[in-house]
Amino acid sequence: MAVFANRRLWIAVLAALALAFPLLVTNSYYLHIMTISFIWMIAVYGLNLFAGYTGYLSLAHAGFFAMGAYALGILTVKVGVPFWLAFVLACLFTTLLGAVIGLVALRTKEHFFAIYTLCVGYIIYLVIDKWDSLTGGVRGFIGIPAPADIGPLSFQTPVAQYYLVLFFLFAVIFVMYRLVYSLTGRTYIAIRNSEELALTLGISTMKNKLASFVLSVFFTSLAGALYASFIRFLGPDIAYISVMFDFLTYLLVGGIGTLAGPVVGTLLVTFLSQQLQFLQDYRMLIFGPILTLLIIFYPHGIAGGFIRYQAKRKEARRLEPEANRAAAELAVSSQGRGERHAEEG
Amino acid sequence: MLEVANVSVRYGSFTAIRDVTFSVKRGEIAVLLGANGAGKSTLFRTISGLHKPVRGEIRLDGERIDSLPPDRIVGRGVVQCAEGRKLFPRMSVYENLLMGAYVHRKDKEGIRRSIEHVYELFPILRDKQNAPAGSLSGGQQQMLAIGRALMSRPSVLLLDEPSIGLAPLIVEQMFATIKQINEGGTTILLAEQNAHAALSIAHRGYVFENGTIVASGTAEELLANDDVRKAYIGA
Repeated sequence: MAVFANRRLWIAVLAALALAFPLLVTNSYYLHIMTISFIWMIAVYGLNLFAGYTGYLSLAHAGFFAMGAYALGILTVKVGVPFWLAFVLACLFTTLLGAVIGLVALRTKEHFFAIYTLCVGYIIYLVIDKWDSLTGGVRGFIGIPAPADIGPLSFQTPVAQYYLVLFFLFAVIFVMYRLVYSLTGRTYIAIRNSEELALTLGISTMKNKLASFVLSVFFTSLAGALYASFIRFLGPDIAYISVMFDFLTYLLVGGIGTLAGPVVGTLLVTFLSQQLQFLQDYRMLIFGPILTLLIIFYPHGIAGGFIRYQAKRKEARRLEPEANRAAAELAVSSQGRGERHAEEG
Repeated sequence: MLEVANVSVRYGSFTAIRDVTFSVKRGEIAVLLGANGAGKSTLFRTISGLHKPVRGEIRLDGERIDSLPPDRIVGRGVVQCAEGRKLFPRMSVYENLLMGAYVHRKDKEGIRRSIEHVYELFPILRDKQNAPAGSLSGGQQQMLAIGRALMSRPSVLLLDEPSIGLAPLIVEQMFATIKQINEGGTTILLAEQNAHAALSIAHRGYVFENGTIVASGTAEELLANDDVRKAYIGA
């Protein structure tokens, strides 16, 4: 168990595996699946920051993902901005719009926030779908360039793109890790626990919620921009609600409000759905029940369930001496009762 | 220093607090006595800024604070320790205390001193500093809740029913500690049902019934008042 508990070792092994993956697996299809999973993970980290750590379920994130992707596409193809400048601008534009939406949306709470953002997400989808002249509408948007070279680094091959996406994933995980264990992260968690309590501690909840939302939108738009440059074809369906629920499934399966959750959930669900591909749309017949069972028995996902299991073991070890004593006393007293019964009999 | 003048508070059409006026002088312990539902907690929430009064003024050292948002009121030094020991159960004792010092988050040295001060008041918290707050006993959780409120170095500490649900022996310790905190220079407004214990450490008291103040005076006067004795002390 000590090996499992060593978090640093785990992280190092996983990082090494991710780095070595293209060398170990030469099948280009798997490389493609892996790269796209990493992109989903970045988006799910964005969702996790706000839904998991701050306690507000945003259903507009697929919209922000698509907006980051389309912004990159439009800037590079239609405006002719150099790739990396367009990449930065796409993220900034989406984040800025996210801030404006957040200012309005964060006046609502709980279910109302979820419903409000669901509408925002759908509006983004409609705009992309209907604004033919800008986005290509249902025909889609083609011709997005691959990431431009940075000095001697070229990103034309799938392996190079894999490493580029991996680099961003590492960066996002690093930022999340530092954030969650900082005062800012604890402030978000405090807001998730109880906004009123946070207020009475002197925390400005509106300011902190907005900051968390904006950063969360930024991560998701980053994933969108990476998606656009990797797939190089965009259709309006990436803004659709089903993508949103894919993100949510990854997050819930992995563990909402945990650092490992987005990685675990995305890998597992992507892997499973690849294995079940032969079932086509009937896959959902298998996914549905699994997800339902998971939410009933592991409401905190796989990573969350593991953390709780460890905490319980730790607590049990701490209480063991007391429990043993209590058990011994119980045994003695029940033995006494047994004897009495025997006498009465 | 803390003045509440003609304050009324409504929940929709229901008037929870009607035209309440009282004050707490610097360095005093004032106690609000009253049964459940008398409006004590509502009054505390209003002073903390979680509710806006429909009428009246709340002043701290002569300056109005009733229109400020809750986080700014904490910044002014008026801090509530909510009823029911609301903690962050999955954070450690130490992290809970750090959250209490949120308004001083840039002042690392000051936070270190405040934590040391809280550990001196409640030594058990030092022993348990790495334990999750949710694993503490009821009395320890109340200590942590008070300790966390102290971390913001309040000039006025609002304590809402600190004795609720605690064993009698712990209650006694709790009141002794509250007196100690007060002697350290913190003005305290205490809401209590345990009238006898509360009046024994308070300078001044107000009796709250149905959202309004029905009796007030020094602790001695209230202890001598027959109606108060009958209603709240049972002797």
